[in-house]
Amino acid sequence: MADAATDEDVARKVIEIIAEQAVLDPSEVRMQATPDDLGVDSLGLVEAVFAIEEAFDISVPFNANDPADSNFDISNVGAIVAAVQGLVREQKG
Amino acid sequence: MTDPEGPRGRRVVVTGMGVVSALGTGVPAHVAALDAGRDGVAEMDIPDLDRLAIRIGAQAKDFKGEDRHSRSELALYDRTTQLALAAAKEAMEGSGLEISEELAPRAATVIGAALLGMGTIDDNYRQVFQEGKNRVHPFIVPRLMNSAPCSFVSMEYGLKGPAWSVSTACSSANHAIGQAFHLVRSGGAEVAVTGGVEAPLTFGTMKAWEGLRVMTKDACRPFSKGRTGMVLAEGAAVFVLETLEGAKARGAEILAEIAGFGMSADAGDIVQPSVDGAARAMKGALDDARMGPEEVGYVNAHGTGTAANDRTECHAVRTVFGAHADALVISSTKSMHGHALGGAGALEMVALVHALRSGVLPPTINHLEPDPDCDLDVAPNMAVERRVSAAVSNSFAFGGLNAVIAARRFDG
Repeated sequence: MADAATDEDVARKVIEIIAEQAVLDPSEVRMQATPDDLGVDSLGLVEAVFAIEEAFDISVPFNANDPADSNFDISNVGAIVAAVQGLVREQKG
Repeated sequence: MTDPEGPRGRRVVVTGMGVVSALGTGVPAHVAALDAGRDGVAEMDIPDLDRLAIRIGAQAKDFKGEDRHSRSELALYDRTTQLALAAAKEAMEGSGLEISEELAPRAATVIGAALLGMGTIDDNYRQVFQEGKNRVHPFIVPRLMNSAPCSFVSMEYGLKGPAWSVSTACSSANHAIGQAFHLVRSGGAEVAVTGGVEAPLTFGTMKAWEGLRVMTKDACRPFSKGRTGMVLAEGAAVFVLETLEGAKARGAEILAEIAGFGMSADAGDIVQPSVDGAARAMKGALDDARMGPEEVGYVNAHGTGTAANDRTECHAVRTVFGAHADALVISSTKSMHGHALGGAGALEMVALVHALRSGVLPPTINHLEPDPDCDLDVAPNMAVERRVSAAVSNSFAFGGLNAVIAARRFDG
């Protein structure tokens, strides 16, 4: 990506990635949904994080061994979107 | 014939069998091809074929893993795992064996594979070395590990007993099946799901094998004068082994009896085979089975089609069987399904079981003329109709690791 993605671009892309992982249409992914709600297990989360890193060329501080301990809030879709928006601003802004 | 105990422990039988190979997906297609002497070797359909000097291989072209698994499964399954799971599915369904909660911890999984998930390695090395990528997919390790097929088969069927992967180059599958057989015979497990697999038809792997200078450009012609080497293959075969007693108790159809397993090491050359090593492994299998050489009607050879192996193997067979060597049939089904490395012994076990059951011994195809160094009945080009009561399958790997399985026809 030539310029840093806008917050809107980031939100759209993150939701697209999570939807792909959950095998859902992006329109079916609610901001309040937890990974559990969407049927995304720990392996699915790791894959989603990889796809997010690839999409924005950023580094996500996600600890697969202890996800709750990461400096990356995965509690629900909205939290993930906000976290990625922050990382993009930090690393790419 | 109905005594559940043999001379060395519980008698072990095959109640399920599954296969994927260049000859087809599923046992019926595969054995029909064996009977007909069909050649599964053809020009391959893989990326970068134009950069390869050797372009033929025995590819399971009609096997499409993408059609058999979900997106999240495919993320974890190298083609090696996909082939193994397909063969395991056919074997388990054919056997009708149910893995109850009680049986699970007594159900073993032993799978042979010589290499790793080579497709995964090729793809990701390409990205990292060629394209300079610094970030790799999180599932590369579970996809490529040698034990992946074993793990995924055990997970798919809830097999919670002893489980491990065996890697002994071209003998991996025979070692796996033999070890599983010994485990059930000795009481270490009640049942075992065992076999071998390989999916080596990738650019990188082919390049490496080209370097050995033992690959043929035209056809695999084991035992024939004018043979020019081996052909690489992909494939998997899986078997369900149970005790005879257990199989009868649940009314299972019994396909064959595994009677003996012999192993040896040449401790010689890293690529050249030895008559002594091969002979000791065959003799070991016969002794383990308490089988006299004269009982054996069919030998499924290692028969790679290289000058060295075929010559050495024939001498070893003469050493072990003596005058009886002239009365048996020895054929190489690698002439049809190619050399599937870690899967070879498993594909060959399918041929063995089929030969015992059907009374049709598979041919060695592409045979041009007899080689005086291989002066045995190699069933050139046409299957032989002959009912045999016992058969032996040879695997003699690079590095001198030999594994031979002896089996008997099961009549009830």
